[in-house]
Amino acid sequence: MAKVEVDKELIRKVARNARLNLSEEELEKFVPQIKEVILDSFNKLDEVDAKEEPSFQPVSVSNRFRNDKPKNCLTQEEALKNVSVKLKENGYFKGPKVL
Amino acid sequence: MKREETIAFFVEQAKKDFSIVEKNLAGIIQEIKLCEDKKLNYIEEFDEQDVLKQLAELKKSFQAKDSKYFGKLFGVPISVKDAICVKGIESKAGSKILQGYKPLFDATVIERARAEGAIILAKTTQDEFGFGTFATNTEKVPKNPFDNERSCGGSSGGAAGFTAFTKNYHLAIGESTGGSIACPASFCGAIGLTPTYGLVSRYGLIDYANSLDKIGAIAKNPEDAALLLEVISGYDEKDSTSLAQGFVKDDATIKRIAIVKDFFDNCDEEVKKVVQKKISELKKFYDVEEISLPLNAKYALSAYYIIATSEASTNLAKLSGLRYGAQGEVNGKHFDEYFSEIRSSEFSEEAKRRIILGTFARMSGYRDAYYLKAMRVRTKLINEFNSAFKRYDLLLNPTMPVLAPKFEEIEKLSPMQNYAMDLCTVPANLAGLPHISVNAGFSRGLPVGLMAIAPHLQEKRLYSFAKVIEA
Repeated sequence: MAKVEVDKELIRKVARNARLNLSEEELEKFVPQIKEVILDSFNKLDEVDAKEEPSFQPVSVSNRFRNDKPKNCLTQEEALKNVSVKLKENGYFKGPKVL
Repeated sequence: MKREETIAFFVEQAKKDFSIVEKNLAGIIQEIKLCEDKKLNYIEEFDEQDVLKQLAELKKSFQAKDSKYFGKLFGVPISVKDAICVKGIESKAGSKILQGYKPLFDATVIERARAEGAIILAKTTQDEFGFGTFATNTEKVPKNPFDNERSCGGSSGGAAGFTAFTKNYHLAIGESTGGSIACPASFCGAIGLTPTYGLVSRYGLIDYANSLDKIGAIAKNPEDAALLLEVISGYDEKDSTSLAQGFVKDDATIKRIAIVKDFFDNCDEEVKKVVQKKISELKKFYDVEEISLPLNAKYALSAYYIIATSEASTNLAKLSGLRYGAQGEVNGKHFDEYFSEIRSSEFSEEAKRRIILGTFARMSGYRDAYYLKAMRVRTKLINEFNSAFKRYDLLLNPTMPVLAPKFEEIEKLSPMQNYAMDLCTVPANLAGLPHISVNAGFSRGLPVGLMAIAPHLQEKRLYSFAKVIEA
């Protein structure tokens, strides 16, 4: 596997992908910490020759289907119960602009 | 363990005389207030009015002799790890980003406990989203009941701390991703029972890592832990990874057990000494041998942290300051700007670190090398356990490599040193194997936990084994 360079640039890019704005102090702190985890721990798996099928679950889980029948769900009013007044309008969620 | 100390005994008495329920609850409410005064920080959220309302309803059940009256947990106060949703009670998984969130529904485990007559008492403190080994990654840090300068362990720290603290009848619902039930149980001298992955429904759990999270029990004795597991386990159509069967409290025959040498060797001398002594006492009941699990010892932590952070970063992507929890002002902001701002201000440092690690491990160009590789390695590690279980009924190791550390010692650990503390608990969690932490004795006045691991769905062996240890 290509060697990964863990530096400020990479961490800033990853943080941006995860919608996190990091301050300069956070970056200074995180770079060596994350570098240690990736180099000392994550990269250790390079030593293992694993041709096995991946275990996305630790036990085998089979699909079980529910009857396709509607059940009670939240009312519009209930769905808005946890929303702050600033983020609801006329019975709808109000969000930031997308375009 | 005396029968008078068990929940089963309490429930039996409570059905004859309701004042027993009232007295026990009053005692526990006193204790919660005492914890607040002493800033022991076991309780994240406690709504006395709600609890008293439940008590009044239960009194009606007592008079009417309805189904709750016949329940297995009639009148038993149950505390709930903050990450598990309780209707109408703030449930925020120890995180600022979920501040103020009051679920409109009960998690399946809560529904089941209520149906058996339990009283949902309070939410217990934890590391934010379960991200931690010492319950220090949150605002309200629980203090070890044996020494208030030390950690309760994490992430279900408040659950274990309160279980050890209370003198009343009480059960705690905890949750483990990589050891969050066993670790605090060990540091607080309680029983921590983590079931097979999928045995208990995760519906209503604020996820950390979907393929690892397991809801389980923390209690004062094995009888109580098993009773709680019996109530909360079993198939749930609301959880797509829920298994078909539940747990029934029953004894199992155990003949051969093995100490996992690799895990044992990595522990502090004082921990080894206590555990060794306990194990030597077991030789009169079982054939005790040593075994090596070299792959798990070497690679479980790496695979675990890749998988756990990958899944966590995906789960936390939904938290964006809309609809529930922390919310800001939209003020004409673009959605990217709004989401990033609220996530940056409300997630703690540890959450940010894990989001970055997990996002990195799933990023294009790295996904196969990290995330997918870790899932393949996981198969190898499960296979290693399964072949050990062909020869042994149970595997043993110390639960934690150290005694409960002081808060000032924890502050000095780097994230990597912190993660390495999970070396004994992570392998079983990664493999979805049921395990129990039982007190093995004390060193310098601090409890030391012994952990037993069983094959998938063999919780009965853990129950039987723990009773022998406690006898």
